[in-house]
Amino acid sequence: MGALLEVEDLTVWLATRGGPRKAVDGLSFQVDAGEIFGIAGESGSGKTMTALALLGLLPHAAKTAGRAVFEGRDLLAMPARELRAVRGRKIAMVSQDPSTSLHPMLSIETQLTEHMRHHLGLGKSEARGRAVELLATVRIPDPEQALRAHPAQFSGGMRQRIAIAVALACEPRLLLADEPTTALDVTVQAGILRLLHRLRRERDLAVIVITHDLGVMSAVADRICVMYGGRTAEVGPREDVLTRPRHPYTRGLLDALPHPEGGAATLQPIPGSPPALGAVPEGCPFHPRCGFAVPDCRAVRPEPVLVASGHLAACPPDPLGGAA
Amino acid sequence: MSALLEATGVAVEYHRRGAPALRAVDRADLTVARGEILGLVGESGCGKSTLGRAVVGLLPTAAGEIRFDGRPVVPLGLRRRAPGMRGLQMVFQDPYASLNPRRLVGDQVGDGYLLGGAARAEALRRAGELLERVGLPADAARRYPHEFSGGQRQRIAIARTLAAEPSCIVADEPISALDASAQASVANLLVELVRELDMGMVFISHDLSVVRQIADRTAVMYLGRVVEVGPTRQVWSAPAHPYTQALISAVPRADGAGVLPVELPGDVPDPARPPGGCRFHPRCPVARPECSRDDPPLVALRDGRSAACVLQTAGEAARPLAEPRPVAAE
Repeated sequence: MGALLEVEDLTVWLATRGGPRKAVDGLSFQVDAGEIFGIAGESGSGKTMTALALLGLLPHAAKTAGRAVFEGRDLLAMPARELRAVRGRKIAMVSQDPSTSLHPMLSIETQLTEHMRHHLGLGKSEARGRAVELLATVRIPDPEQALRAHPAQFSGGMRQRIAIAVALACEPRLLLADEPTTALDVTVQAGILRLLHRLRRERDLAVIVITHDLGVMSAVADRICVMYGGRTAEVGPREDVLTRPRHPYTRGLLDALPHPEGGAATLQPIPGSPPALGAVPEGCPFHPRCGFAVPDCRAVRPEPVLVASGHLAACPPDPLGGAA
Repeated sequence: MSALLEATGVAVEYHRRGAPALRAVDRADLTVARGEILGLVGESGCGKSTLGRAVVGLLPTAAGEIRFDGRPVVPLGLRRRAPGMRGLQMVFQDPYASLNPRRLVGDQVGDGYLLGGAARAEALRRAGELLERVGLPADAARRYPHEFSGGQRQRIAIARTLAAEPSCIVADEPISALDASAQASVANLLVELVRELDMGMVFISHDLSVVRQIADRTAVMYLGRVVEVGPTRQVWSAPAHPYTQALISAVPRADGAGVLPVELPGDVPDPARPPGGCRFHPRCPVARPECSRDDPPLVALRDGRSAACVLQTAGEAARPLAEPRPVAAE
């Protein structure tokens, strides 16, 4: 079966005062229908820019190269008018903060039905009926009443459910969720993660979850791509990446997490900090912070290579290979 | 051993025009000893930040008593803080907002020494030492906040707090705004400082796993109340309050197992209209009829813990709640 989305060698340059700077550098991955694909990384790793590139929503004067083939057509080469027909219709996005992604002054009904009427040509009452169903799907109590309300009348978790309902309105094939639970409490987060998991199963929806939280990844993602300095450090099945990581950066991220059983008094941070835009080191972008770096790491840019079934890592010395 | 910081029966109210006062914290108790980290956790809106601000005197209390080093903490007014209160300091969440962007880092850190009577040159020199102590280069003193990353800024904010030579620090979400690797290193720094300087610390966080890692004792708040407090290990391995249990079960683990966290149904009720009886009863999976009637006080259990739940205080069930059921999918 062909992938729903196939990203090949995606590169994004952002315009800065000092000239164009690479924010994403030769990223490749694919996402199948009904799959939850996780993109993990710290801020500045290029994960959000990847999502924005797919939607044609990059900041002004940004440039892209490579391909992002969705249902047989390259999103990056598509004329703006055609991309508008895909965006919100076939590909939808949920962002981090539901208090900014929903319009504070518009009723939930307006926000839920607007693009159904635009994209699907539905009449007012038909769109309203669908809106009630959608709110029920995301488990908003009393959907009829909710349609008349405004975002401020809901809690953060309920607002994020509504934002997901808005994203689902035109029955997209792919949902981009950028830190969908970062602004929420863990108890509320649990509900949103279960919702994403259920939607994928019921609707065969593909979801790209972007988060720095490896716990969230572990809960919902089928496959995980770990990004560093705009590139893939490692990509593979969830369990492989989280229990048998092959890139020292992934190992470092896991070691920096509080141990699930508590106990050890200190956390193990990765020394140094992630590179700033335009200041990504030559060779392997992680080498200045890597405890396993060899001289080659400074000079040769590593490409992701297959290290296990479906598992690629961009670390030629493969110091963690023996641990598998 | 007497407590360094002790809050008893504290209530904090926010007064709103045209509406009844909102009691954000109600009958809350907490204590912190020297060399101890008390983790304070709970969902947003539970009153943990309000309680944190009240115990350092940034908010007036409506009831109860707060004592620091044996003296009552009085709310900060327009005048200079009482000299005995300088030892009680606060670290805020957002190091982008808590530092003045237009003043040199060294001047901001040195303020504490200036207020203590030092000359400017002396204050600057000692600010440089503090910046090194928190892991920054000494020349950081001659730079501006925007030249630093989030983690480094939080180190600057911590250095500034240390200039007052505090014996107790209340840190409100001090690592939440930072990247994963910076979170770990700033958390480690705070632990080190507490141990080395024999300070007390209240570490307020919504990130339960960090609190589990670094706090000696953990207090769990729900809707303005402390519902459970005790040694971190006990609180986590055998939570006595159903709410603590629910919070712990909701934390996803990065173990690759693909287990969905357990959802706690319902939202936190409006603190202006808390439910009668036990405040958690409408969401409690093990609530009984009396829970909607009786408001359980925080009662000491036998293992050094306290909990506010009739299941515990009735004596019938002074035992850990059942392990959470693994749930495959919604």
